[in-house]
Amino acid sequence: MANKIVVDPVTRIEGHLRIEATIENGVITDAWSSATMFRGVETILKDRDPRDAWYYTQRFCGVCTTVHSLASIRAVENALNIQIPFNAEMIRNIIMGIQNVQDHMIHFYHLHALDWVDVVSALSADPKKTAALQQSISPWKLSSEKYFQGIQNRVGAFVKTGKLGPFTNGYWGHAAMKLPAEANLMAVAHYLEALHIQKEIIKIQAILGSKNPHPQTFLVGGMSIPVDPNSQNAINADKIAQIRQYIAMAKEFVEQVYIPDVLAIAPFYLEWAGIGGGHKNYLSFGDFPEGRSGYPNDFWMPAGVILNGDLTNVMPVDQQKISEYVTHSWYEYSGGDGVGKHPYEGETNWKYTGPKPPYDFLDTDNKYSWVKSPRYDDKPMEVGPLSRMLVAYASGHKEVTDTVNLVLSKLGVGPEVLFSTLGRTAARAVETLIMVNKMSDWLDLLVANMKTGDYAIHNNEKWDPSSWPVNARGYGFHEAPRGALGHWVVIENKNIKNYQAVVPTTWNASPRDPAGVRGQYEESLIGTPIADPQRPLEILRTMHSFDPCMACAVHLYDEGGNPVSKAKIL
Amino acid sequence: MTDFKQMLAAHNISRRSFLKYCSALGAMMAVPATMTPRIAAALESDNRPPVIWMEFQSCTGDTESLLRANRPSVGELILDHLSLDYHETIMAAAGDQAEASKHATMEKFKGQYICIVEGSIPAGAGGVYCTIAGQTAVDIMKKVGGDAGVIIAVGSCSSYGGLPAAYPNPTGAVGVSDLLPGKTVINLPGCPMNVDNLTGTIVHYLTFGSPPAMDRFGRPKFAYGKRIHDNCERRGHFDAGQYVENWGDHGHREGWCLYKMGCKGPASFHNCPTLRWNEGLSWPVMAGHGCVGCSEPGFFDTMMPMYQRLPNVPGFGVEASALKIGGAIVGASAAVFATHGAVTMTRNWKQVKEAKTETRELTKETSDAEE
Repeated sequence: MANKIVVDPVTRIEGHLRIEATIENGVITDAWSSATMFRGVETILKDRDPRDAWYYTQRFCGVCTTVHSLASIRAVENALNIQIPFNAEMIRNIIMGIQNVQDHMIHFYHLHALDWVDVVSALSADPKKTAALQQSISPWKLSSEKYFQGIQNRVGAFVKTGKLGPFTNGYWGHAAMKLPAEANLMAVAHYLEALHIQKEIIKIQAILGSKNPHPQTFLVGGMSIPVDPNSQNAINADKIAQIRQYIAMAKEFVEQVYIPDVLAIAPFYLEWAGIGGGHKNYLSFGDFPEGRSGYPNDFWMPAGVILNGDLTNVMPVDQQKISEYVTHSWYEYSGGDGVGKHPYEGETNWKYTGPKPPYDFLDTDNKYSWVKSPRYDDKPMEVGPLSRMLVAYASGHKEVTDTVNLVLSKLGVGPEVLFSTLGRTAARAVETLIMVNKMSDWLDLLVANMKTGDYAIHNNEKWDPSSWPVNARGYGFHEAPRGALGHWVVIENKNIKNYQAVVPTTWNASPRDPAGVRGQYEESLIGTPIADPQRPLEILRTMHSFDPCMACAVHLYDEGGNPVSKAKIL
Repeated sequence: MTDFKQMLAAHNISRRSFLKYCSALGAMMAVPATMTPRIAAALESDNRPPVIWMEFQSCTGDTESLLRANRPSVGELILDHLSLDYHETIMAAAGDQAEASKHATMEKFKGQYICIVEGSIPAGAGGVYCTIAGQTAVDIMKKVGGDAGVIIAVGSCSSYGGLPAAYPNPTGAVGVSDLLPGKTVINLPGCPMNVDNLTGTIVHYLTFGSPPAMDRFGRPKFAYGKRIHDNCERRGHFDAGQYVENWGDHGHREGWCLYKMGCKGPASFHNCPTLRWNEGLSWPVMAGHGCVGCSEPGFFDTMMPMYQRLPNVPGFGVEASALKIGGAIVGASAAVFATHGAVTMTRNWKQVKEAKTETRELTKETSDAEE
């Protein structure tokens, strides 16, 4: 018998996501991914100053709070053929780098960890054994028995109040939770430590970007944070020292806590290296320019396309092969819904045709999401840390290859396990480690350039709109924490004529295309075994591995659509 | 009380430094030092107040701001000060279990719980532009907001509509007070809100049992009572006529006034210059970019284009004119806001466009006059 499961609201993500799935004989046989919130920012951008666009698009997402501003200014710079000063390029790299590190850290500890870690079990751990465990996996300073006793007491006192607040109704005690109590206690301690570390290390963005969330020093043509070693109002030796301190803090935590935790937890869940792969098509736009020739040249992280998990063949990216469909999305295209449109010709004609709220089910045979279906050469793609790491690994990128091989050998597995739920989570950790070690290089490059007396942070040549051509168009790419991001802008008479963004979650969470091919979230759920349909922790693990982390509540229905039971998550 | 003392001890926080913290908090909220014991008592209460945090048309930026909280940190807020019974980005449960938790809080603490709202509410097309568990944001907001003891709108979107309400407001987005007329809503606009202002507001409410004094836009005076321009660290350069003319020029590197680069500080009321961001580390003007006026009703449309300078009326000194213009713009927003509500104002693109044209002309005249 097929049961249809509804997962809504999906919590612990940015935005509003809903999953519907059918389960037969304990295995997922079909799935639908739906975004249930629409704002129309691309429409709001019409007729506005292209130099302002970054501020609007930054607000697509306040979690990965820098990524849309970067893609936007790059798109406008591409349209107007503006090359930015080297200082600005390095400052952007550092801002992107710490965004990546901090975002991945929050994802692992505060959004994803509760799929693998049982908070309540931590109360029965032996603090002495926990200390021994901690000391055996890394030299991290917070490792004493007294420390873990304190954490346990604090959590115990909290639980005793009977008011669990945000921890109410978690998956505590689930049979699929396999960590020993001591590992759970250690992870709970790191949950709290990471809460502190993330707000410290992101101060790099306050120094270079004025504030976080939503740093405010981006400019078309460069950055607005001045650079001058002899001014107290600019990036000087003192501020560079501050940045170094936060990079060191991030590096220490990633090397001594995050990576050892992943290596310690993964062996308990190795079966997840064979689940959740999906289409196995991977796309990376490449990013982090390092050379003098500037963006988009000399990327540190390479661009590429991998199809069907074939690591022997990395193809170059051609942005003209990107198109978006609305066959199953609540939009209409002027030429009919069966054809795809390249973002330059993209349209945002919204029209809701779903069920009238309140509703129980979406009409998944027709349109069922506010997300469009982007396809590359008509194929659904996965984007994100796994795609980046695979493209870099298959391209022979030294740091990535070395680190991936190290992790694989520690776990005693081959690269094929990367096409999976566990692979996604491991790739994110690997990327964090490589990134946190890379950031000092960019800071060094900035300092070296300042030493030459070059304090330029903005290219003023095209700042005045009167210097622009009547018609211009361009695209800006960025490898955001969640994956390949592209903005396309068409400028006419100094104003925005059309603006389209294809964001990482659009790629991963897309509904079906006209050929009925599922999006990557949908496809990666197919075949996932569900031990207890009322507590489908397995669904959560795979969905969370993409980083719109979902902890779900479930309605079970029979095929007639009547509720047969309500899942309990206790 | 005893538990709280144990907690302080567990954190190695002395009674003395705790009271020092309470007194700093009091200073930020602009209450007399004699109130410090009352603030301490409110914080020490182990009756953690229940909080329902709703997210609608948001970017989650205000939640991220919450995660940057310090003294109390977000960990302390969650474990020690509040009972955060519903918060989609943070909570372990979801869907039915989350709804159950929310409903239990609404029932048990009817008229008492704190409702915090992030993101605007799309009122267009019967509310289909945002649904959670198949229900519209409009319906959810009316229910949760209707039974709340106090409603706090965090960020510009839930305060006044914000980004989604910018022209042409495709989804009919509104702020909480538009949806619940007559209900007291404390607005903490900003893009995002500064978490220290949220902490201050909650502590004020817990300490005094009533919302802090607010201005005509529902903003607490302790946070939004002063014009950015008046507290700006670069004010001296403005008065001296020292302006940044180009990004990266000598004046820009030396921290001169950003008025000519489009700074909206003279028309914006917020405590950014004194409170700053990320534990007092920086704020936009300090990092070389003008204020964009994100805490004002009608933002974005009334403050954009971003790099268009505020009009400067010929015939007055720079200082007088900037203040006057700031006042005039705020007055105009106030009039429109009071009469028609923020939605009508932001929908009225024609009016905004006309205002922009006037602004441009005035700016042009000014530039001509200066030359």
